[in-house]
Amino acid sequence: MKSAPARADWVAHVIRIRDARDETAFAELFAHFAPRVKAFLMRSGGDPAIAEECAQEVMVTLWRKAHLFDPARASVATWIFTIARNKRIDVLRRQRRPEPEDLSWGPEEAPDQADIVTLQQESAQLSAAIARLPETQRELIQRAYFGEMSHGEIAAATGLPLGTIKSRIRLALDRLRHAMK
Amino acid sequence: MTDEITHHLTDALLMAYSAGTLPEAFNLAVATHVSMCDACRAAVESYDAVGGALLAETESQEMAADALSSALVMIRDTPAEAPAPRPADIPAPLAGYIGGSLADVTWRPVGMGVKQAVLKTSPEATARLLYIPAGAAMPDHGHKGLELTLVLRGAFFDEDARFGPGDVEVATEADEHTPIADIGEDCICLAVTDAPLKFRGWLPRLAQPFLGI
Ligand SMILES: [Zn+2]
Ligand SMILES: [Zn+2]
Repeated sequence: MKSAPARADWVAHVIRIRDARDETAFAELFAHFAPRVKAFLMRSGGDPAIAEECAQEVMVTLWRKAHLFDPARASVATWIFTIARNKRIDVLRRQRRPEPEDLSWGPEEAPDQADIVTLQQESAQLSAAIARLPETQRELIQRAYFGEMSHGEIAAATGLPLGTIKSRIRLALDRLRHAMK
Repeated sequence: MTDEITHHLTDALLMAYSAGTLPEAFNLAVATHVSMCDACRAAVESYDAVGGALLAETESQEMAADALSSALVMIRDTPAEAPAPRPADIPAPLAGYIGGSLADVTWRPVGMGVKQAVLKTSPEATARLLYIPAGAAMPDHGHKGLELTLVLRGAFFDEDARFGPGDVEVATEADEHTPIADIGEDCICLAVTDAPLKFRGWLPRLAQPFLGI
């Protein structure tokens, strides 16, 4: 019971795309995430036709960049969020989005399976913690992420329970830096 | 390099970067600092996890009937992306704004040996590279908005604090200061502001080169 995840964490799907160009895995990810990306982009101010087109492109980007996904540092939902957010900046605000330098795993330094499982569990715990926040704070955080708040207003929304996931990501980065030496 | 950084970005900036609401110039400064700093990278990635959690629980908007089939056409058309080459002497996010490396920057003198190069970003905020000769001071100034100064080479002092490579100074309306380059080496910084600086006096005062700190 304990080892069976309550719902799919989708990591295996992205690995199948990365390693085998698996279109069935892509179709399943698309069915689940494209409608959510579309809703995210509409709430961020995109009209339905633009949001539809962008949601398609977000999923195509996932296919192209599958080799950059690091399951020891992000859930699939998190990774798709970052692609959708960048698409929003590109299309709705017509700006470039400077991204940090990639720290991708080389072929010999694949992340440890236990690290992946823990990160995915902690992502689920973070979701649960956000769901338990007082309504007013959760609303503030949603408005920040859907682009409805200016950067000056965001300070009010930053009080989030990030402790364990932050140290988990830090650990993954330490191991990666060590492997790259 | 990452363990020596002692001056970091604020949580509000890291979250706004993750949420995607900063002006382009600030995104550039955050992405550059994060490229050099694993503590802030872990913080940004955990704020991204918040975004992922919100995306996962968003209500759905139905896609058109042919959406998947046209996406499949697109993926069959395009090869996987090759990883971008790593630039030699500056963090990757900056390389795209200055044409490759620090050697490609076109500097313009602004007085007393200080040089600058304004980078092309969206107009809500300004990003510039500053070149401050060893031991020289920036003009004494206050701020109408937010200013980030990220050290790329060398170091500067502001009052008692020393800012070395990767360190970022966050200044707001409340701060007035005179950063002074460390004596050992010329200092190159990325400075980002969302409002013009307020210089003391009626004309910008040119600071004297300041030797022997
Ligand atoms: Zn930092
Ligand atoms: Zn200043």
